[in-house]
Amino acid sequence: MSDANPLPAKERIRIPRVHMPELNAEVRAHNFAEVNQGLAASAAVTEATRCIACARPGCQLDCPVGVKIKDIVALIYAGDFLAAAAKMREDNALPAITGRVCPQESQCEGGCVLGKKGEPVAIGNLERFIADFELQSGQLGLPAIAPPTGKSVAIVGSGPAGLSAAGDLVQKGHRVRVFEALHELGGVLVYGIPEFRLPKAIVKQEVDNLRRMGVEFETNVVVGRSVTLDELMRVEGYDAVFVATGAGLPVFLNVPGEHLNGVYSANEFLTRTNLMRAYKFPEFDEPIYDCRDRDVIVVGGGNTAMDAVRTARRLGAKTATLVYRRSEAEMPARAEEVKHAREEGIEFRMLTNPIEFLGDEKGWLTGARCVRMELGEPDASGRRRPVPVAGSEYVLPSNVAIIGVGTTANPLIQSTTPDLATNKWNYIVADPESLRTSKRGVFAGGDIVTGGATVILAMGAGRKAAKAMHDYLTTEGWDEAHRD
Amino acid sequence: MFRIVEARTAGLNIRQYTIAAPRIARKQRPGQFVILRVKENGERIPLTIKSADPAAGTITIVVQTVGKTTSLLNCLETGDAILDVVGPLGRPSEIKKYGTAAIVAGSVGTAMALPTARALMDADNHVIFIEGARSREMVIFEDEVRAASHEAYILTDDGSYGEHGLVTKKLEEILTAGRKLDFVLAVGPVPMMRAVARVTAPLGIKTMVSLNSIMVDGTGMCGGCRVLLGNQSKFACVDGPEFDASLVNFDVLMQRNAMYRGQECQSLKAFDQHRAEELAQHRAAVATKEKETAQLRAKLEKQGLEAQGETHHV
Repeated sequence: MSDANPLPAKERIRIPRVHMPELNAEVRAHNFAEVNQGLAASAAVTEATRCIACARPGCQLDCPVGVKIKDIVALIYAGDFLAAAAKMREDNALPAITGRVCPQESQCEGGCVLGKKGEPVAIGNLERFIADFELQSGQLGLPAIAPPTGKSVAIVGSGPAGLSAAGDLVQKGHRVRVFEALHELGGVLVYGIPEFRLPKAIVKQEVDNLRRMGVEFETNVVVGRSVTLDELMRVEGYDAVFVATGAGLPVFLNVPGEHLNGVYSANEFLTRTNLMRAYKFPEFDEPIYDCRDRDVIVVGGGNTAMDAVRTARRLGAKTATLVYRRSEAEMPARAEEVKHAREEGIEFRMLTNPIEFLGDEKGWLTGARCVRMELGEPDASGRRRPVPVAGSEYVLPSNVAIIGVGTTANPLIQSTTPDLATNKWNYIVADPESLRTSKRGVFAGGDIVTGGATVILAMGAGRKAAKAMHDYLTTEGWDEAHRD
Repeated sequence: MFRIVEARTAGLNIRQYTIAAPRIARKQRPGQFVILRVKENGERIPLTIKSADPAAGTITIVVQTVGKTTSLLNCLETGDAILDVVGPLGRPSEIKKYGTAAIVAGSVGTAMALPTARALMDADNHVIFIEGARSREMVIFEDEVRAASHEAYILTDDGSYGEHGLVTKKLEEILTAGRKLDFVLAVGPVPMMRAVARVTAPLGIKTMVSLNSIMVDGTGMCGGCRVLLGNQSKFACVDGPEFDASLVNFDVLMQRNAMYRGQECQSLKAFDQHRAEELAQHRAAVATKEKETAQLRAKLEKQGLEAQGETHHV
């Protein structure tokens, strides 16, 4: 696509980045409404004007799903938003979602040449704009569906990896059925990511789009318990299965007092709030510990910890404090979440690690004994290893402590599928390119293979799996193709 | 949606439901449970499966009225529906030939222990079933208890039926008589399970208890059901629900089960004031959902696609 923008590049880069309108921090810290309000059409066009249409666009190099960003930005500049959205859907089945939750600063926007001297083009905000525009227009540019192949595919898990694979496979003419363990579709998009960052209505719309394309969904099925992988293939007749069950069991700190009332895993705290809508108690029945006028600490430095601490704030916490054992520079959370959290009055207590939870005689949490940390030599992750400072212990008063330090593999499928190879951490072993597992016809991707990562990486795995599964379903070659 | 094909009263505030759930019926093993959500705004609660009929595609659960969700559930009748039922969850009971096995069950725990008792009988164990209840109206499934054991003893706390006293009295009697027990399973209220463990564990008798901790997803994802075994943390939903009684920290279990007592009371009180409306609302919502499903099915059939939505169980 040619560069239709008449402004010389020098002029374009002088245009300041258009800022995303946000709800007032004081107000939003007390409700669950979406923080980012979305760009107006005129603002989106202005932002698109800033793109200098590089001959070799750095923004496209690091996109896990290979979105044609340069072409899309040009279409936005031209005002053809629906065409931009349709182009986006060629590579990204869930643009309204990724526009909201991708870590753009380390992917597309991180590769934008404008970022070297100033601020990169707001690619994430533009993506969200065209996806929302399309959804609101009701003129969905759903891709064409190939004639039926007669093959059927089971997808285990309706999170980002599963949904993304479902979209690609149904387009190729395969019958696709997605199995979900919970009662609602979307996986981490509905149980993990809070309403104020990703409204559930958006997830529902994207799921409905897949349904319109012919994808079937079945909730309340725990594969590994309700049905095994072997039964899906031998009894229910699926020609191939994609295992995309996501991150599994929450990791606790294994320190004394972790069974006190008021100590949660971030998964539980977020699932109660998001999936079960406990923030609307008593309109919704699921309870959550009353955070109002209480001190809440959240342990961890990733997006999950950030979501938990901002949720606690919205549930009325008197103080909501993020406790992280490294320094802010090492925090894996998205830059925007850190900024939003600060604006909402979240306290950051870096280089701090809880070593014991303290409770009253009835078993309710009263505080966390913490130790200060300092950074030593780099560890396996390349980040400087935090080491405790001797004699620096102190008690941080808290009534609720939420642990968001990661997850380990859920064993339900592996334990009922003996011929499915796993690594020493019990994650499923899959070929990095074809996502084939050790079991014929079974592919795996997303967090159940890589361990906890991001929505977009899971979606990338979903696309990769769809391509490899299509190859397998059309050639029936497992061993041959496996050697490629 | 999951249709109730038979509802009946089993005892005072105890109801039995047979539900169409073909997937669960095919896979259920003794000791496993389901998690259900009755209605759209409802909470998820775990309930043990009493029996399953794979041919009929049904499972049977037993519900004692405790809080709001069980109160609503126990208002339902044959023909009503439950929005979500997922399972079978948890690890099945370990069934093998132990020798003499005692099943000690309190109140609604009797229903949960029945499938394990039957399986132990089938595995050539001599099964002694001790059922305890507060009073006569809460003695449930006596015929089934007798059919699932070689010896059955019924006790009530107030002596209004069977023998007078607690289940541990009978257990101690059996042991004092010099009889050897090779395996004990206790299912019921936490204080009862703890009392059983205190009798049998010091004697080195392998004793399992089925723990009823608070759960949300039931797949190991949230960790809310964690229990303390010695100094190790285990998840009741995926590592249990049955655990070695000699290791279980019952105090922590009771303390954690009390975590939402305030909210539970609030919900129950509100429900009691609006019982009829809540039930009518649930039925109307089910009817609407059924209509939508039928429309979706018709539309898909028109398009020549296989008519399967997520509500295929209806």
